[in-house]
Amino acid sequence: MRKVGVFVCHCGSNIAGTVDVEKVAQEAAKFPNVVFATDYKYMCSEPGQQVIKDAIKEHNLDRVVVASCSPRMHEPTFRRCIQTGGLNPYLLEMANIREHCSWVHPDKAKGTVKAIDLVRKAAAKVVKNEPLQKSSINITKRALVIGGGIAGIQVALDIADAGFPVTIVEKEPTIGGRMAQIDKTFPTLDCSACILTPKMVDAAQHPNIEIISYAEVDKVEGYVGNFDITIRKKARSVDMNKCTGCGTCWEKCPTKVDSEFDMQLGKRKAIYTPFPQAVPNKPVIDREHCLKFKTGKCGICEKVCPTGAVDFTMEDELITQQYGAIVVATGFDQFDHSVYGEYGYGKYPDVITGLHFERLVNASGPTMGKIKRPSDHKVPETVVFIKCVGSRDEAKGKTYCSRTCCMYTAKHATLMAEKVKGSKSYIFYMDVRTPGKGYEEFYKRTQGEYGAQYIRGRVSKVYPKGDKLVVRGEDSLLGRPVEIEADMVVLASAMVARSDAGDLARTLGISYDKDNFFTEAHPKLRPVETHTAGVFLAGACQGPKDIPDSVAQAGAAAAKAIGLLAKSQMETEATVSQVDESRCSGCLLCKSICPYKAIDVKIIAERVGGKTVERQVASVNKSLCQGCGACTVACRAGSLNLLGFTNEQILAEVEAVCL
Amino acid sequence: MKYAYYPGCSLHSTGIEYNMSTLAVAKKLNVELEEIPDWNCCGASAGHTTNHLLGLALPARNLAIAEKQGLDVMAPCASCYNRMKTAEVAVKSSPEIRAKVAEITEMDYAGNSGVKSALEVFLKEVGLEKIKASLVRNLGGMKVAAYYGCLLVRPNGIGMDDPEDPMTMDDMITALGGEAVQWPFKTECCGASLPTARSKVGLKMVNDILQMADISGVDAIVTACPLCFVNLDMRQNDLNKKAGGNFNIPIFYFTELLAIALGEKPGKVGVKKHFVSTAQVLDKYNLK
Repeated sequence: MRKVGVFVCHCGSNIAGTVDVEKVAQEAAKFPNVVFATDYKYMCSEPGQQVIKDAIKEHNLDRVVVASCSPRMHEPTFRRCIQTGGLNPYLLEMANIREHCSWVHPDKAKGTVKAIDLVRKAAAKVVKNEPLQKSSINITKRALVIGGGIAGIQVALDIADAGFPVTIVEKEPTIGGRMAQIDKTFPTLDCSACILTPKMVDAAQHPNIEIISYAEVDKVEGYVGNFDITIRKKARSVDMNKCTGCGTCWEKCPTKVDSEFDMQLGKRKAIYTPFPQAVPNKPVIDREHCLKFKTGKCGICEKVCPTGAVDFTMEDELITQQYGAIVVATGFDQFDHSVYGEYGYGKYPDVITGLHFERLVNASGPTMGKIKRPSDHKVPETVVFIKCVGSRDEAKGKTYCSRTCCMYTAKHATLMAEKVKGSKSYIFYMDVRTPGKGYEEFYKRTQGEYGAQYIRGRVSKVYPKGDKLVVRGEDSLLGRPVEIEADMVVLASAMVARSDAGDLARTLGISYDKDNFFTEAHPKLRPVETHTAGVFLAGACQGPKDIPDSVAQAGAAAAKAIGLLAKSQMETEATVSQVDESRCSGCLLCKSICPYKAIDVKIIAERVGGKTVERQVASVNKSLCQGCGACTVACRAGSLNLLGFTNEQILAEVEAVCL
Repeated sequence: MKYAYYPGCSLHSTGIEYNMSTLAVAKKLNVELEEIPDWNCCGASAGHTTNHLLGLALPARNLAIAEKQGLDVMAPCASCYNRMKTAEVAVKSSPEIRAKVAEITEMDYAGNSGVKSALEVFLKEVGLEKIKASLVRNLGGMKVAAYYGCLLVRPNGIGMDDPEDPMTMDDMITALGGEAVQWPFKTECCGASLPTARSKVGLKMVNDILQMADISGVDAIVTACPLCFVNLDMRQNDLNKKAGGNFNIPIFYFTELLAIALGEKPGKVGVKKHFVSTAQVLDKYNLK
């Protein structure tokens, strides 16, 4: 027979105020297998824990029930307590008579009845508890950062400074990301490139950082501490070891292509680096447009290259490497405003987006920093900015606020006033949201000193009239329609998840929300972790963010990754799923349902009718399993059981309460 | 192909050319039309501004009769189309509304028969391919602005084409050998009854549309709504007299141009009944 001890906590008056704790202890003493029951003012206190330890010795207890607060609060405390008292820590059950009872029920008599039931349930379960052991795994002390924008660079620098090797995988030919496209940063108006490019160079020169650009993560296997990552290095057609980045090839290349970096407002060559400060500053060949690949003729770059670095025969290369931690920092895309018919479905050349404006105002942009509108290169004098394009619009766009647009639009209006003297900016808005340090002050300056006119209301139509764009909207403060003849219209397009975010999430086994942003493990308390152990998030891939927030989150993600890599070994949870191989039919429904990729196939050999037969069964990787229990529900044969929450334990609880 | 035909009040009065040309096109394209027996007013404006349920019950009665005929309805008038489509969507989406409407009309309309505009029937169901194959002559590059107004394309879920940049009529113009002029006022409001009720406000709205068409260099405007037609056609004289305008833009129903291209004589489809003469433009493009 089991010997169960029950310890009922008063929690001061938190529990004792609405639950008759003495009566709970008296009733508990009558439950089957309970040989000792008592109550105490603060069970978690030093003397309270001593009460438990003493009772274990005195009554030779082999199971313990603590009736107190939520296990989220003190389960680790009491597990340690009974462990020092000589028991396996998993021989503990907690009855939550505070959050689930005293705090929510004002009636003491009824509360006491419920508390007794909760203890009865725990006492019935604990009898079925078995000693469990944690296991531990080794950790590969190397981190992978996916995405080389400002968030990814910051993560890599922080981890590398802590002494761990880091690989940055960047899909574009250069690191730098969106911040490299931006001209000035709010609210200080310091030049984006001036603060970004030194960090890019730092990353490139750091002995602990390896940058693999023009590459993507192809496959992720393994688990926290030991991920096996396959990286696809796309064929650059340029030998990185031979190339010196001299630039002769792209000077001589005859093929001009719309530059993605310049938002199609400028041109690049078919062999190119996206911008002059690219890191690595070595080109790639865009095979879709290169004449050599399209027609077989040309090959000028190969002829002019002084080091013979151009290699048209290069193929994609797959490399596999082990990593202990992964930080995802893949950033964002800009909302495609072509769904907005009222703004011309993207057909009017002078209706541009915020990122276009960044390139037009940037000194190294297609207009050398002189703001000229795309259609006829005239300098615009009247510019209308429309906010919330794609944001906060359930009908045509996204439900959320993109957080950055209010500030970057204020910045754009400020830059207009500074660069085009006598120009006038009108800003249509729904609300002005400026929750950041120095942000509200910046917005006020835009209105006051720089004379931007803010109009509260939506724009119903933009249409061309001669060489002007007529913007028709509503001033909802005046309650009147307004019409403005503008030279250019700038849409504050929403920040949206990368188009391939869902694919990457599935490769990594992390979850994502309805808008394809990666989901953090807890919106408040675990903002940079994912539900998959060892995978962390940084920057706008988790949700719209400005630069300060992205950098702050990058630091947090780096700290989490460092915390993991700094351990020599890692303990894994003991409450994991277990397969009864004799009952497992090998259907592997559990494998498809497991959110942590913890279940795999295993081939076992059995003796059937005198012969050895091989068949497949499910196998749980204890290091990966997070004990969620989804597989145990899915298993049709009932061959999966979650240790600590076995079917037998749960049935015992149900019987104790319901029968 | 057979439809229950709902002409509504306009096609029997101010929009008689629309009726003539619609019937002519239907005949040319082998679309059989059977007028809904004992049809009643669609309730436009007066009905739904008085009472929401009345605004649904009136068109629902016509749809119920068509349902008994076992036919979908073709309603050329934009307003009739909009009211009937609203009733169709409301009855389909709510059993409660269906029951209430059935009680009022004493006919259970189940939503099995739907409504289509004449644009949909001729240009989508019959289709431009078949029309192209049946053309007797073409518009010879006539510069035509397609004007849709509001009721055909709004609101979302009721409208038969994109609410901001509809293309149904533009595609027809191209198919008939005209030049579909792209202009920004395809779906501007024509003022509806305002040119009559509050002429200062209403005439300005008509004026803006005509002016934009003029700037865009059109030979003619084509429409699919009797009220739009009346405002654009009849008010040009007013604007020229009262506001010093100098408009002379022929307005056509899309069915008129379609019938002419399919070989019908212009006089047979009512183009001589317009306020702004169509003779010059038809002459210019050899469409007599």
